[in-house]
Amino acid sequence: MSPDAERLDAVVGRSRVVVCCGSGGVGKTTTAALVALHAARRGRRSVVVTIDPARRLANALGLTSLSDQASVIDGPWPGEMHALMLDTTATFDGLVRRYAADDRQAEQILGNRFYQNISTSLSGTQEYMASERLYELAIESDYDLVVVDTPPTRNALDFIDAPQRLARFLDHRIYKILINPSKGPIRAVNVAAAAVTRSLAKVVGADVIGDAIEFFRAFDGMEEGFARRAERVDRLLREDTTAFVLVASPKADTVVEAGFFADRLGELGISVRGLVVNRMQPAFEFATDRPELSGTAVRARAGTLAGTSLGDLYTCLADARQLAAAEEEHLAGLADRVAPAPVVRVPIQAAEVNDLVALDHLADLVLGSADGGRSGT
Amino acid sequence: MEPAQSLTSAGVLIVAGKGGVGKTTVTAALAVAASAAGRRVLVIDVEGRASMPTAFGVDPLTYEERVLVDAAAEHAGVFARTLTPDDALLEYLNERGLQRLSKRLVSTGLLDVIATAIPGIRDILVLGKVKQLERSGMFDLVVVDAPAAGHAITFLQSASGLLDAVQVGPINAQAREVQELLTDAERCRVVLVTIPEETPVNELVETAYRLEDQVGVALGPVVVNGVHPDLPGLAVDPELAAAESGVALVAGEAEALRDAAAFRLARTAVQQEQLERLAAELPLPQLRLPDLFTSTLGRAEVDRLADALSEQLGTARPGGTA
Repeated sequence: MSPDAERLDAVVGRSRVVVCCGSGGVGKTTTAALVALHAARRGRRSVVVTIDPARRLANALGLTSLSDQASVIDGPWPGEMHALMLDTTATFDGLVRRYAADDRQAEQILGNRFYQNISTSLSGTQEYMASERLYELAIESDYDLVVVDTPPTRNALDFIDAPQRLARFLDHRIYKILINPSKGPIRAVNVAAAAVTRSLAKVVGADVIGDAIEFFRAFDGMEEGFARRAERVDRLLREDTTAFVLVASPKADTVVEAGFFADRLGELGISVRGLVVNRMQPAFEFATDRPELSGTAVRARAGTLAGTSLGDLYTCLADARQLAAAEEEHLAGLADRVAPAPVVRVPIQAAEVNDLVALDHLADLVLGSADGGRSGT
Repeated sequence: MEPAQSLTSAGVLIVAGKGGVGKTTVTAALAVAASAAGRRVLVIDVEGRASMPTAFGVDPLTYEERVLVDAAAEHAGVFARTLTPDDALLEYLNERGLQRLSKRLVSTGLLDVIATAIPGIRDILVLGKVKQLERSGMFDLVVVDAPAAGHAITFLQSASGLLDAVQVGPINAQAREVQELLTDAERCRVVLVTIPEETPVNELVETAYRLEDQVGVALGPVVVNGVHPDLPGLAVDPELAAAESGVALVAGEAEALRDAAAFRLARTAVQQEQLERLAAELPLPQLRLPDLFTSTLGRAEVDRLADALSEQLGTARPGGTA
């Protein structure tokens, strides 16, 4: 087992929450799933919250239909693995019901068009609900480990910011500004804002503004519950037993985004506990004292041998070496930025993960085989 | 008009694809190929991403146009700018003499409330601005680097959604004009990008049908990025080949050559299978871009891909480029 895989295994072993983050298309969901699977192999009770998994992975996990409820994944392990898919709307509806004073208030909100837009189109809502689901599973259920996949956004920090940002949004007093500028002390800012809202109604239509006002009116009083909840989620994300694992591919642009994300997390006082780089090109190096056969020097040899029956074989090796070298060059800086976090390199797989056996194999590469490390713990 | 020719005549190309498939690379290559064919091109980045300017060795893009490729003998010129939704909304209001309103929207946080009250308003303003740029006559081609796949559908659906939600007024007029642009196959094409792997191909096929059925946009050719160039000599055994060519191999060399070849052949077989499946499931011409075996995108790489596009543009047909 690679020393980095062993160290990542130790990180996961001490954590109660693992957040897999990174840009889209880097294998984040698969990585989240195999972390949960590995925990089950270690005898723990784990659950993974997936977001829009690829069809193959969903099938591998037996998640054929969207279900917000955790279902057990059967496998040959001493622990338990559970999985669910995030349902943003259902989760949000659940929160509204929880904090509404009564059924009437809940129904009024759930039926409002503006509210329905929030759960489908307000940016950050999916992240908010992912962290909300994480909170429920980590605090209100008895799992040993909760693994969460994060939505593929440009700004992966949305996951941390979203709860507070949405809590502030829900606290918007648009209706007070518009309806009652004169109630209480007349404040110039309110009067001006009311004028703003009226000019807006002219541009976008009065009924649209009306829906928004109705929503905030109906929501009145619930914003405190939401804000308190957001604070607790934020605290959970900063706990020592919560580990952020950055997932990347070795392509230049995703490495840049991963580095940016690591820096922003650092600014928030959160450190990256592990880096998983998927889809690495193997270099097919071999020990030799002949410089023309090492590293990317083989490209020149491929040129010399062009036209012979070794030509294509050498071009192929040179292509592999060239790509592997470029990938390592990009990764070097990122590995430094997340140091001392372990950096696990996963070679690109010939086929996609389409069953638990493949996922199990991948878990061996990322976290070491379950047997390999057990004797040491 | 045939989809393949549409690439060389439509005024707006919207490039969409899932994360990690090289959408920005393809956007750059399409722009350079068009410029080399004598068209003045504007590239629009709607997300403020970083990789495009690095490829051309220029500073990060801003709301002001920046030159990516100078107009010269062999090029009509490529320009690029960002066009983020907030920029578009503020410009929209400013153009209508509502500067004070736009400032207020930002300071009171009402901007988010409005964007939520009218889903798609940000997108429609971005697309409205694209239409304005198309109509300005300053460019022969506007290439939009669209949001990543799932968001691309929402982005392009914004106009039809808004026509239902906002029945009158300037926003409605804007949505109507955008919808006219999107559904006019002579003016606008959506170019979907993928790599020859299972999940990206699945998502592309799904996106393609949803865009045609739900938005009514016309699709251009599909661009498949990262296709392995053919190496027919990989089936040869390295030791036999070395003996034949009179080359002595050092210890481990034959094994490395054999492993590299086996790895490549397995991956190429997957690619071939996915290319065929894509052709069977989606009857659109495919433009194939070679895997350059580098993870760096610089001007040299963009030029190579642009050349590959130019070469194929006359010849693309369903399921193959041969």
